[in-house]
Amino acid sequence: MRKYTPKDNVQKKSYYSDRFWVAPRVPTTEVEAGSHFEAVVNALSNVVTIKDVGVQIGQLRIVINATDNFKTLQTLRDACGYAMCSEISAVDYLAQDGEFEVFYQMLNLTEAQRVRVVCRIKKDEAVESVVPLFKSANFAEREMFDMFGIQANNHPFMKRILMPDDWEGHPLLKTYPLHGDEAASWYEVDKIFGKEYRDVVGPENRDPASVERYDSQRFSRVGYEVPFGAEIEEGKEEENPIAYSETFMVDYTTGTTTLKKRK
Amino acid sequence: MAQHQVNYASSAGLPIALTSVDKLVNWGRSNSLWPLTYGLACCAIEMMASGASRYDFDRMGTIFRASPRQADVMILAGTLSKKHAEFARRLYDQMSEPKWVISMGSCANTGGMFNTYATVQGVDRIVPVDIYLPGCAPRPETLQYAMMMLQKKIRRESADMKKNVKQRIV
Repeated sequence: MRKYTPKDNVQKKSYYSDRFWVAPRVPTTEVEAGSHFEAVVNALSNVVTIKDVGVQIGQLRIVINATDNFKTLQTLRDACGYAMCSEISAVDYLAQDGEFEVFYQMLNLTEAQRVRVVCRIKKDEAVESVVPLFKSANFAEREMFDMFGIQANNHPFMKRILMPDDWEGHPLLKTYPLHGDEAASWYEVDKIFGKEYRDVVGPENRDPASVERYDSQRFSRVGYEVPFGAEIEEGKEEENPIAYSETFMVDYTTGTTTLKKRK
Repeated sequence: MAQHQVNYASSAGLPIALTSVDKLVNWGRSNSLWPLTYGLACCAIEMMASGASRYDFDRMGTIFRASPRQADVMILAGTLSKKHAEFARRLYDQMSEPKWVISMGSCANTGGMFNTYATVQGVDRIVPVDIYLPGCAPRPETLQYAMMMLQKKIRRESADMKKNVKQRIV
């Protein structure tokens, strides 16, 4: 017999998986000798352990230990001229590798070069905040926390930034359903009216083309119109033919047209 | 003896106008609909255009008010996110009766293209809607038409708001 796996907890499983999908890989090239990137790699290798390095789409990609992130960014900023941290976020590889990939996108404005610093952390692990180095990291790390649940240690204000404070779950996780979990689908009803009004408001209607046949407040069926809010039941609707229509009905089968002869 | 024929339908007769309370009240209500200055997304741009000089809502007696206390109509123009739903409802609650709601655009009507976890799937989940206005985004003429339809609807209503059938939402 096939092994039984409980399917009730959908949150635990990825909501979409394609068995035959092979993720395209960005081609990685070696760092050219004598290039600007080689100087960056040399400067960094004196300070931190570099696990992997390569050039992808003209950008340097450096893989480091997650504990070295502060030191790495400090070296990049002070010694290599990467004065701008344009983005910090993460990628959910939990299903694949059991890890998050946290990345820091750095920009050197004088050399017009970009460096991507990448590190991997496990679930429930945190990274050190880089807010003392870059002001832009403040919002970016809050967003990372909001979307993935990755905390940044010593962050001045570790709080959700996009979703409401009482939101449940972290929406950019691969395990988070696109239409939201139970708490998400009732969020506004629970917040405004209270949980007891779930029955009054009803579940979310995800079909924008749906028509409720016996809802006389929001819909009216042509030829069966009733006053607004009138009670109609199945089988008891009365036919109410349209008395006036703005469309002109032309019967092309009976009409005869003859072309006038030119004079 | 002279025979005087009084034509009640025109002012040429006696200085009397006959009407009902409902009609008189609704005449006043429908011709000075003051919407709340409240935009949510791109539909609000079209709403602003409707209010500005080219389409000119003012000529219909529709003047945008910056306070919910002074507004009669709430035009929910755009995507309502779940985070913001609470505030939209609070603004609606702050408006004094009688009040009406126009749901403007696909996103406000049904959630539209934002079939996601973070968008309210139709503002009728949180406020009772009077007019659903389709379009993405509806043109200013369409919003004008919606206002005219709302006027029409108000003229049919009773002056006593308790007697009017509203969408059943709390």
